[in-house]
Amino acid sequence: MEQTIAEKILSNHCGKSVRSGDIAVCDVDFCFGQDGTSSIVIDSFKKLRVGKVFDKNKFCMVIDHSAPSPNIGVSEIHKKMRTFAREFDLGFYDIGCGVCHQIVPQYGHVTCGDLVLGADSHTCTYGAINVFSTGVGSTDIAITLASGKNWFKVPETIKVIVKGKLPPGVYSKDIILHIAKDMGSNGATYKSVEFCGETISDLSVDARLTISNMAVEIGAKIGIMEADNKVLKWVAGKSKRPPNPVQSDPGARYVAVKEYDVSKLSPQIAKPHAVDNVSGVEELIDQKIDQAYLGTCTNGRFEDLEIAAKILKRNKVNPEVRFIIAPASREIFLEASKKGLIDIFIEAGCVVVGPGCGPCVGTHNGVLADGEVAISTANRNFKGRMGNPNSFIYLASPATVAASAIKGRIADPREYKKRLL
Amino acid sequence: MKKIRKSPRRKVAAPQSKRIVRPARHFARRLKVQDNINTDYVISGRYKFRIQDPNELCKHIFEDIDPGFAARVKKGDILVAGENFGCGSSREQAPQSLKTAGFYAIAAKSFARIFYRNAFNIGLLLIECDTGFIDDGDTMELDIENKKLKDVSKGLAFDIKPIPSVMKKLLDDGGVVEHFKKYGGFKFNE
Repeated sequence: MEQTIAEKILSNHCGKSVRSGDIAVCDVDFCFGQDGTSSIVIDSFKKLRVGKVFDKNKFCMVIDHSAPSPNIGVSEIHKKMRTFAREFDLGFYDIGCGVCHQIVPQYGHVTCGDLVLGADSHTCTYGAINVFSTGVGSTDIAITLASGKNWFKVPETIKVIVKGKLPPGVYSKDIILHIAKDMGSNGATYKSVEFCGETISDLSVDARLTISNMAVEIGAKIGIMEADNKVLKWVAGKSKRPPNPVQSDPGARYVAVKEYDVSKLSPQIAKPHAVDNVSGVEELIDQKIDQAYLGTCTNGRFEDLEIAAKILKRNKVNPEVRFIIAPASREIFLEASKKGLIDIFIEAGCVVVGPGCGPCVGTHNGVLADGEVAISTANRNFKGRMGNPNSFIYLASPATVAASAIKGRIADPREYKKRLL
Repeated sequence: MKKIRKSPRRKVAAPQSKRIVRPARHFARRLKVQDNINTDYVISGRYKFRIQDPNELCKHIFEDIDPGFAARVKKGDILVAGENFGCGSSREQAPQSLKTAGFYAIAAKSFARIFYRNAFNIGLLLIECDTGFIDDGDTMELDIENKKLKDVSKGLAFDIKPIPSVMKKLLDDGGVVEHFKKYGGFKFNE
């Protein structure tokens, strides 16, 4: 039977051959929660009355959404998480470690062919390294923490082929925003999306993670890619478990096949208040901004910081803009520091905050005032997302955000294309 | 020993006596916004990151898109929405707040997948049907047996998309925690 990647990984984890539409109870390789969801994981786990975790090596908690805590309510949740982690001797990443979606793959908790659940919708990020990873609610994580298992409806698959050489100044973020515009926020609801094609192969693993990260923004359950040599090399230094790369069969069934030629793509921007409300940068030039943000599970990796630094070097952030930068993990922060990127940011007038989600979810590190406009490398621009329902968020690549921070208005990063080559 | 728990759904729908065949009546609650209502809109991060008590959280549902909406919700109401309800964040506080606010069910043209799963996991009924003709305040009747949502005020009946057997089982058991405790694992007749 010819299978898609999703069908194969779920088959490998339930001990029988399954097809889209089937229900499978599977063994889960790893699961986790963050500080916005772990409180209910703990409550639900206690309600199950199992008394012990299934395997403490297959779970962790990460404090990233509000790190360090901005108020008493959050502090109480953090305390509850720390106490629970100590009680059951669980993997725990406290403030300053980074965003869960950087921590989980970076510390080798997952590898190719794995089945992974996270109490965070952007768990689909590791699809880029050939992992069937998807976001679920807290109670689902509690069930897996207690039993090592969960149930899955085997998803249908949409194949997305991306071809063409990306022009200078245009990045993987622009590709996924372009796809979001075309497919819409429910274009792949409950589906597995297999991203493939020459453009994907040309991208670095960091850049691919950006695309898989945003698969949920088109409603997808997973946004998965095959493991090529780049991926195998990437996971080799991190995970202790051997990778089990999974490819789709030539005759696998797809509900749709979509093709995108990105050779003439311009930098893309999602406008308030929806991720699929996308325009080319040329239509938005001169939109004034008050704040710029570089970071998050979408674009807070080393390569993203490096692109921004190339643009910011010997430049100054516009005096009317606050430019906030949050590296996605402590290791990224350290590498950026060693390579001089942090100096460039500080000299340019940026504010570098601790590793974590930063101002993305509106709890701290840069809440907007009424009527203010932000441009951000994050994955969501919903009304109120950055803490104020009367503010406006544009989403773009690190290059577009850095270029805009200098100008004080939305700007085209291709102006810096000599620096970016 | 099997302990049978009543789900909140049953509590509301329980007939007064066996002679009454008419199902319980509910009022429709419609939001100003209809499509793509994400879970940030259901319950904003401003509240969900710092408040753990569902009774406190549920006072703030839909605050960013429809201020004052939460105060109008009465126990037993049916929330009515359009396409892709519950997209975005996986926060379980979203279905939890809606359930705590007193909603008997949510009717929408379609639901996003994480929210769909989360709702049934905590024993909140979701109904997929054409909701385009239902107005705020309409009197509704739900006939799960015959797969119909009736708008009594308008004399209309809408076909409900069948609830998958796994979801029905979770709902009947009072949510995934109760299901898990009852069987010591998953038990689906698939």
